[in-house]
Amino acid sequence: MSGGPLVALHGVTCRYASEDVLVDVDVAVGAGQFVGVVGPSGSGKTTLLRAVAGSMQPLRGTVTRRGGLRIAYVPQVETIDWSFPVTVAQCVLMARVHGRRWPWPSTAERAAVSEILARLDIEHLSDRHIRELSGGQQQRVFIARAMLGEPDLLLLDEPTSGVDVRLRHEILHLLDDLNARGLAILLTTHDLNGIAAHLPHVVCLNRTVLGAGRPVDVLTPDILERTYGASMQVLEHGGMPVVVDSFSHRHAAASHKHAHEHTHEHADRGLT
Amino acid sequence: MMAAELLRPFEFEFFRNGLIVATMAGALCGLVGVYVVLKGMSYIGHGLSHAIFGGFAASTLLGINFLLGAGAWGVASALMINGVTRRRVIRSDAAIGVITTASFALGLALFAFFDGEGGSFDAALFGSILGVGTQDVIAIAVVSVLASTLVFLRYRALLFTTFDPEVAEVSGVNTARMDALLMLVLAGSILATMKILGVTLIAAALVIPPAVARMLTTSFSRMLWMSSLIGACCGFVGMNLSYHLDVQSGPTIVLVAATLFAVVFMGTGPLVRGRRNGLRPAHAR
Repeated sequence: MSGGPLVALHGVTCRYASEDVLVDVDVAVGAGQFVGVVGPSGSGKTTLLRAVAGSMQPLRGTVTRRGGLRIAYVPQVETIDWSFPVTVAQCVLMARVHGRRWPWPSTAERAAVSEILARLDIEHLSDRHIRELSGGQQQRVFIARAMLGEPDLLLLDEPTSGVDVRLRHEILHLLDDLNARGLAILLTTHDLNGIAAHLPHVVCLNRTVLGAGRPVDVLTPDILERTYGASMQVLEHGGMPVVVDSFSHRHAAASHKHAHEHTHEHADRGLT
Repeated sequence: MMAAELLRPFEFEFFRNGLIVATMAGALCGLVGVYVVLKGMSYIGHGLSHAIFGGFAASTLLGINFLLGAGAWGVASALMINGVTRRRVIRSDAAIGVITTASFALGLALFAFFDGEGGSFDAALFGSILGVGTQDVIAIAVVSVLASTLVFLRYRALLFTTFDPEVAEVSGVNTARMDALLMLVLAGSILATMKILGVTLIAAALVIPPAVARMLTTSFSRMLWMSSLIGACCGFVGMNLSYHLDVQSGPTIVLVAATLFAVVFMGTGPLVRGRRNGLRPAHAR
């Protein structure tokens, strides 16, 4: 791999209005790396992606990108206007915004779109409206759009928020597959067990970086408590960390006890 | 004879001018309206037309050329609204309300103060066929050519910015410039069409044709030409009705468009559409 990271943030501070959303952040993504950023809502995950992509200029610090680096961005599906009148092919073609000047695609562009749709198993949907797709297909359309730009680095903002377990596996497998072919990936997620624990490299973020490395080294009670401001337990299962939210644990125990008392009450009343 | 009665107004030059302007105004607003509707800028269109009324009043009373005076005013308001909506200090709809309604009120006050109410005052508010001259035909032709050229040459960047501004920005599209260009085209369109449509009714000409087109297609490119065509038809039919019913042109054009909307809305209800496109009736997302 031709030396140095693809993109590196050094001491980056980003500010919205008068609030520092990121403070003194150091993050680097190397060629072929697969990195997950975890943190609570409002911890600056999306801002970090924007700083990496270059759509957010840091107040302080530097962002260095390797010369000629191509970055593609997959937004959160919640931000998409699903009633917007575009078909799958039209949506994917948007990646060629700097292609030829004419509105309609060239034969080569058409072929490129078909090829990428075929690679993601959604070629048969190319003339469908984006709303007529399942959640997994919708996610694939936006990954296809990102891939059409032949990026070196793929950024995904919460690719698995609001999806069920099966779809989460599907997306994770797809990304794993793309990564295996050499694509570097940086994604944000709030899903510690479903996503983060499966990735080779994790960054814990809450306005600043609180830990970075392999999940087994980073997803520890200490770092997680500092990241989320709540105490969590970490178990181990098959060599992977499993994070247990202590609050919900206690809560579950309490409601179990409550249910128990409840049945007794019924039983008492039944006797009288 | 019915046909002779329908063709009679075509003998008059003012009617032919008015009809050309109304048809082109409908098409222009239909085209620009696609972006207005899809970007959720309907309220901006509504507000901007009211704001331009202030410039119209000032230029009428000062004796400046209306297109220049109201034009400068419109561009200034458009850029101001664009600036305010991009910064998020107060909510953008409130900011637009402040800027545009104040400008509209200023126009009304100027007319009242200088006792200038009359034909041009009514025409600016509700649209009129009277007083549509060669200058207006040229103005609307120029704006139409500019708007179509922009849509054609910047099609991809405009589509990306409209659909997904954040990713467009990451992909190297200057979305701020695209938004500003759209605002300028919108201001130009309002300026060129306000005499025939009236500032209080332009918003409908911007919103109804795209809404009708959207109900009929799920393709962006098709929506563009369908909306322009629908706008042109409404302008043409509305202007003829205006003559025969002796009602101002603005209301008749809007009422024709609104009727078409109602018909298409009922004809493409969830059940009808679902059966035709194989869509689930209520796909919740």
